[in-house]
Amino acid sequence: MDIKAYIILSLTLFTIGIIGVLVRRNAIIVFMCIELMLNSVNLLLVAFSKMHALSIAAKTSPTYAADAQIFVFFIMVVAAAEVTVGLAIIVMLYRNTHSVDVNFLNRLKN
Amino acid sequence: MLGTYFTFPELLIWIPLIMGILCFFFKKEAVVKSFALVASLLTLAVSISSLFYTNASYITYNVVSYQWMSQIGNTFYVGLDGTGRILTFLSALAFPVIIIASYNNSYKNVNAFYGLLLLTQAGIMGVFTAMDALLFYFFWELALIPVYFLCSRWGGEKRIQTTFKFFVYTFLGSLLMLTGIIYIYLHTPPRSFTNGIQVDHSFALNAFYSAKLSVTEQGWLFWLFFAAFAVKMPVFPLHTWQPDTYDQSPAPVTMVLSGLMVKMGLLGVIRWLIPVLPEATEKYTYIVMLLCVAGIIYASCIAMVQDNLKKLVAYSSIAHIGLMCAAIFAMNEIGLKGALLQMFNHGINIVGLWIVIDIIEKRTGIKNISQLGGLANRAPALTILFVIIALANIALPLTNSFVGELMMFTGIYRFNPWFAAVAGLSIILAAVYTLNMIQKVFYGNTNSITTQVNDISLKEKIILGAIVLIIFVLGIYPQLIIDLTKETVDALLVNVKQKI
Amino acid sequence: MKNISDIIWLIPFLPLLGFLIIGSARNILSRSVTGMIGSGTILASFILSLMVFWSVKNGTLYSLHYFDFINISSLKIGFDYKVDQLTSLFLLIITGVGFLIHVYSTSYMHAEPAKDFAKYFSFLNLFVFSMLILVMGGNYVIMFIGWEGVGLCSYLLIGYWFKNNDYTNAAKKAFIMNRIGDLGFLLAIFWFISKTGSVDFDILFSSSTLAKLSPADITGITLLLFVGATGKSAQIPLYTWLPDAMAGPTPVSALIHAATMVTAGIYMIARSNILYSSAQITQNVMVIIGMATVILAATIALKQNDIKKVLAYSTVSQLGYMFVALGVGSYTGAVFHVMTHAFFKALLFLGAGSVIHAMSGEQDMRNMGGLKKKLNITHITFLIGCLAIAGMPPLSGFFSKDEILAASFAESPLLWAFGIAGAAMTAFYMFRLYGMTFLGKFRGTSEQKDHLHESPAAITIPLIVLALLAIAGGWVGIPELFMQGGHRLEAFLKPVFEKKVGLPGTHTLTHQTEYILIAVSVVLSLLAIIIAVMRYRNYERTDKPSSAVSRVLENKWYVDELYQNIIVNPLRALSHFFTNVIEKKGIDGIVNGTGKAVNYSSRQLRWVQSGQVGAYVLLMVLGILVIFIIQLFL
Repeated sequence: MDIKAYIILSLTLFTIGIIGVLVRRNAIIVFMCIELMLNSVNLLLVAFSKMHALSIAAKTSPTYAADAQIFVFFIMVVAAAEVTVGLAIIVMLYRNTHSVDVNFLNRLKN
Repeated sequence: MLGTYFTFPELLIWIPLIMGILCFFFKKEAVVKSFALVASLLTLAVSISSLFYTNASYITYNVVSYQWMSQIGNTFYVGLDGTGRILTFLSALAFPVIIIASYNNSYKNVNAFYGLLLLTQAGIMGVFTAMDALLFYFFWELALIPVYFLCSRWGGEKRIQTTFKFFVYTFLGSLLMLTGIIYIYLHTPPRSFTNGIQVDHSFALNAFYSAKLSVTEQGWLFWLFFAAFAVKMPVFPLHTWQPDTYDQSPAPVTMVLSGLMVKMGLLGVIRWLIPVLPEATEKYTYIVMLLCVAGIIYASCIAMVQDNLKKLVAYSSIAHIGLMCAAIFAMNEIGLKGALLQMFNHGINIVGLWIVIDIIEKRTGIKNISQLGGLANRAPALTILFVIIALANIALPLTNSFVGELMMFTGIYRFNPWFAAVAGLSIILAAVYTLNMIQKVFYGNTNSITTQVNDISLKEKIILGAIVLIIFVLGIYPQLIIDLTKETVDALLVNVKQKI
Repeated sequence: MKNISDIIWLIPFLPLLGFLIIGSARNILSRSVTGMIGSGTILASFILSLMVFWSVKNGTLYSLHYFDFINISSLKIGFDYKVDQLTSLFLLIITGVGFLIHVYSTSYMHAEPAKDFAKYFSFLNLFVFSMLILVMGGNYVIMFIGWEGVGLCSYLLIGYWFKNNDYTNAAKKAFIMNRIGDLGFLLAIFWFISKTGSVDFDILFSSSTLAKLSPADITGITLLLFVGATGKSAQIPLYTWLPDAMAGPTPVSALIHAATMVTAGIYMIARSNILYSSAQITQNVMVIIGMATVILAATIALKQNDIKKVLAYSTVSQLGYMFVALGVGSYTGAVFHVMTHAFFKALLFLGAGSVIHAMSGEQDMRNMGGLKKKLNITHITFLIGCLAIAGMPPLSGFFSKDEILAASFAESPLLWAFGIAGAAMTAFYMFRLYGMTFLGKFRGTSEQKDHLHESPAAITIPLIVLALLAIAGGWVGIPELFMQGGHRLEAFLKPVFEKKVGLPGTHTLTHQTEYILIAVSVVLSLLAIIIAVMRYRNYERTDKPSSAVSRVLENKWYVDELYQNIIVNPLRALSHFFTNVIEKKGIDGIVNGTGKAVNYSSRQLRWVQSGQVGAYVLLMVLGILVIFIIQLFL
């Protein structure tokens, strides 16, 4: 398939993610949107990796094609770690404020 | 013992440092005070004995260098040369005087107060003896930090504001200097240590002297260093922290600041600025001299209309320091030697002045000239001693400052007669404000406050008497100090002449 | 007397010792012991000075080096004494007149508490010490030590009654005016050092050193030294301190402001005669300033009512003559006048002191009168003093003034005319003073009248001795006109002044001219005396308003007011400007302004930190977009 399709899909997902982060106030939704953005990037990385694997350069160096996919794993690990910490924070937040509204989190002001 | 395990400069640093730290552990006021006094007297004893070992054959007594962070080309390198001897002797002498003078003052947390005071002394001694740029910077800050605490915790009503101003000025200066030190360090020649470590650059004084710097680089480095030193001295227009700080600090701290710490700036110029950046010095001498001369007149004028006794002395000090700075930048033998001599004399005189002002303030609770008057009726001994010290401060012949000022003015005159003539006006202005002060504080009739003042005690008489004695001894036979200046000044002039 | 050189150091040291003893033991010593120590040390110095004088007269000069004052490779200043003819003469005047004044003071100051009495004597001894250092110094720096020392002592003694604010103001004024002059002196010293590398008289005045100085250097140096001299010797424009200095006790006025300190300027210029002889411009300046001072001070003296003020202005005016003499190159004339002036002015001041003493402290002549009968010795000695200063032959003032006038005639008849006018005014105001004080009826209060008495012996004996000196002091300088070889002073001082080159004052006048000059001056002065005595013999107080001219004179030409307005006030305004505007608003304004600017901008930036997570994220996204755009398109 043409690489363009992947790019468009990835871009769409990423935009949705950004808009979600910007407009939604529910912390969990915001969180999911961040995940969406990360995964759109993962998708793009895998797509490009696959594209490059067919190129001439990849034939001379077998590790070349795998580089991007290793990054995807990194991102997935980071995302998982982030989710654990983030969700923990949200749970604590809910216990204290009985709300998961991010606009409620302006205590640091002043 | 000496020379094998210890050298004079080390003792001068370690004694106050260790004693200062120990001071924090005492609780009783009397114990703390006597301990601090003993510590300072011990330092004085070391300093006096160091004056007898000036000969080159005693070099092992006077210079030492330990490995310390060799990887970056740094050593613990301290030494006493002529200038160092004058200034360490001055600080060793000043501290017992200051501690005795403040013996009857009571301070909260007295252990911390005297502990910090002794730490300051250690820092000052370090600055005067350091022969390594990083070490110099280290001691420079070591001397300043206790002073911040002393001012902010034991000062007058406006102490926080004042300390903040002092802090901003001096720290800004220090940072500029640090930048300069690092830049020069990166241009110093490589050095190899005895243990085989090879480094590309080093912080040693000699390495700094042989650093390869273009004239443009020297130009901006000059202003980095000069800013730091000028703040410390202080030179117009970087002086405004000083009157407030002197006014608000507790008396012993004021004495340390004005008697000793301003000399750090002057020493910095002599040891770290001019020989390291001779071409830039040559290029900017006129500007510096102009600043100094303008500052002399400016400060003298302000002193004339000051009502606050402490600020008056502060401005008078700015004028005197400006003169010393100008004499140093005149870059000739007589001016430099005069400035070094005067650094010592100024320290003695101004400590004397502060002691008297402290006595007056303690007895009357007033520091405004206009509210005082007629003290001579009540305290004749104080009056006599103060008049002598005040007249020494305005360089009357046969007092110590006369010779210093004579030499400094001659030096400035050689540089440019007009500068000497304009700066000379300060001789007249100094007489005006000093006599005004004497007249308004001591002469005339007593008022309701001054009529209850008692004359000074025997202890105060001895302290002030000792200061007066030094004033006259050095006024009649100044050669004692002048001889000590020879080594430094000759080396400096040779060094500079070679490079230009 | 082989070892005179070994005792020379004692001459200044003894008064110093007296100062130290009296000063440190002032709380213990009784008045009589204080007086004995104070006078005794000066007497001892006087005897030593006499011995030194004889040995100098026999041709031995002394140059003594004690220790190095400053010794660095580019400059060597020794603590040196140099005693030659000029110095030995001054030593005699200082210690001799000084001793008489000390004796006089023991009685005059007797009413003071013992402690203050001791303070007074210690200052007096310190003063003599400083003055001796001044004249004995072997180089300009040592001379300067004494030079400032006398300024200090004059400050201390004028402000002796420190509770009175006017007196301490006068003291301050004296010191500051002196310091202005001192700056000139110092600059001259710097000039010497930078051009020749030395300040030593022997080295400076040698022809090899003089060759290093260009004519411009010499003019500059001599002018600066002259500025110093105008301060110390009370010449225009720095003379106003001297009349105010009369605030001090009267013997102080006699010692400092008549006999010794004010002659320091003359001494210094006479000492530097070699330089002055080759500085034509400076000499002209000196003549003009000197003569202007003579006239200005004499006119003011005409209208003063305070007995001491008249004498003070008279001193200023007489000092003007000495500068004229120096300016025309008659150094001997100047020194001669210093000497005779020391005698008769000390006499007049001490006489005035005796009058004031008798009048219980009254100084206003309008309240005096008719003291002739009660104060016999004072009256006679005072009259001698007046005659001497008026230049009546054969009293001392006649010879010295005549010498100066003759020298100024040789320079220019116009100068001489001014000089004569000044002399006539001198005679007039002195006899106005004499008439108002001693003649006519007593105008004071009745208590003062009952209290009137002749002063004790300690006061009258110095008066008599000084009166004898005022009569005979001029006989060492009888002009060649009257007696061959009569000018023994000139012969004595010749070695000091003979080195001068191309001196203008050496023109000799014909005997006929000299006779005419003398006759004119004597007749004019005599006329002035007669008019003054006639007018003020029966002085009565009138309330009639004085004319415009005399108002100006009474107010001393408004010079003090002028100085106040053109120097003191602007300087004060400038200082206030520095303090309030530049210091507070300018420099501190910049420092605090920087702080404020940072503070202000931080406050403005605070809205960015809203605490809204959404806002942060939005900003982040926008930031990333900006970076992208920059990356892609720029």
